[in-house]
Amino acid sequence: MEIVFMTFILMLSIFLGFELITKVPSTLHTPLMSGANAISGITVVGAISLAGTGQQDLANWLGAAAVALASINVVGGYMVTDRMLAMFKKKEGGR
Amino acid sequence: METVTNFELMIQFAYVVSGGMFIYGLKLLGAPDTARNGNKVSAIAMLIAIVSALVDQGIVEYQWIVLGFVVGGVIGGAAARMVRMTSMPELVALFNGFGGLASLLVGWASISTAGGTFTLVTIVLAILIGGLTFTGSLIAYGKLSETIGSGALMFKGQQVVNSLIVLGILVSAAMFCLEPGNPQWLYMVIALSLVFGIMVVIPIGGADMPVVISLLNSYSGLAACAAGFAINNNILIVAGSLVGASGIILTQIMCKAMNRSLSNVLFSGFGSRAADTTKVEGEIKPITAEDAFYVLEAASNVAIIPGYGMAVAQAQHVVKELTELLEKNGAEVNFGIHPVAGRMPGHMNVLLAEADVPYEQLLEMDEINPRMENVDVAIVIGANDVVNPAARESESSPIYGMPVINVDDARTVFVLKRSMASGFAGIENPLFYKENTRMLFGDAKESIGALVREFS
Repeated sequence: MEIVFMTFILMLSIFLGFELITKVPSTLHTPLMSGANAISGITVVGAISLAGTGQQDLANWLGAAAVALASINVVGGYMVTDRMLAMFKKKEGGR
Repeated sequence: METVTNFELMIQFAYVVSGGMFIYGLKLLGAPDTARNGNKVSAIAMLIAIVSALVDQGIVEYQWIVLGFVVGGVIGGAAARMVRMTSMPELVALFNGFGGLASLLVGWASISTAGGTFTLVTIVLAILIGGLTFTGSLIAYGKLSETIGSGALMFKGQQVVNSLIVLGILVSAAMFCLEPGNPQWLYMVIALSLVFGIMVVIPIGGADMPVVISLLNSYSGLAACAAGFAINNNILIVAGSLVGASGIILTQIMCKAMNRSLSNVLFSGFGSRAADTTKVEGEIKPITAEDAFYVLEAASNVAIIPGYGMAVAQAQHVVKELTELLEKNGAEVNFGIHPVAGRMPGHMNVLLAEADVPYEQLLEMDEINPRMENVDVAIVIGANDVVNPAARESESSPIYGMPVINVDDARTVFVLKRSMASGFAGIENPLFYKENTRMLFGDAKESIGALVREFS
């Protein structure tokens, strides 16, 4: 049954994703992509459980490497997106 | 029924909250005013997910996790601080690759605990998508940063080689699912998916990069999604599929803006097709900065159309200076942004935002085209294909049918260009020979700097 639930969630999230992303204006497409980079770093959640098993085996090392790679995305992705979005300004005021 | 402790339930509910916040964050990203907050909401969602994973009781050792965080965080933070806005496409390409590789490793590491064929299939998918995203993104990075040739690399028998690789992947993936204990099939899948990533991206030329990085962006999300199935984690599925959907939509937008299908972009190796017989009539009319200044001084409506050349010349700040001078002189100034101008979706918008150009002044192609007739001077800065009238007029042109910004409808067109060498895609551009076109040769930054000096 687990599989069915997961597939169900997958289907709903994809439809929701389509609805949300089509509303993002083209001027924000670059921050959208770097923000998506950060979100795809969610793999870190899976990597954490693999890197903390306490067993000094291959899976543990692979997990630790995955934590490092995914953290690059999470930290770098959110920071660079914030840096970009801070630059988007309106015509009057705001300065 | 298995017993679930309250603590475990709390962790699972925290993931639900996190998923909801990812969705809300993306919703806020739908408007420039709220986008920055949206990014913060999304970051908090990530924090909640990470903390939930950390307090899980299955974790007995923290040093490797912390080490991973520190290494990744320092690299990511440094990259985010130091990257120049002109190099955003390269950074996004690299991040796509890291995301893919992380999912590959998670898939690989979860084999030992996998139960059932379905889980093995999702592990193969995570490895496959993750692997091809990784090497594909590295090649895309190489092409974008021009550390490797940015042109389309085609060779004889490419299709055959690719088909063999796909066949190899299918066979070794099937064998892996049947015999998970035998690591040789696993290594085959990993190796072939890495090779496949390279093969998929090398035949794609630099001008098509907006499509490629959008697609790889999508894949990095789908790989996370597959990894979520492999380790039974819903938050990976939700977040991964949001990223997957985002990348696919951007890919579609880019393809539509080039009037090409995705398969055409991926498989045809642009520019290597039938001869372009676009006729060019008239002659090139160069103009000096001084003469250009006199025309601009008299203009009351100016449109600026930037392209990748503006990014290469780092000319966005001096463009902003010119804009201010023109406005002080009483002219209305707008920017026309083509969806595929630059090397990634929204590339020009970010550069101009960096130079403090307010986003209301940046018009999309469909907004600026109807206004073009009232424009006195259209200034094309380092753009070529996106303003090429051959896309409307010449059926033999490789870009025929692509929607373009109709700068030739303006009274006068200034084209800022390094030299007469043909553009990135090597397509003849009749715009340069039109009656109302004047060419201002030289580096874009210097040319505009010269105009700015004339004004002051």
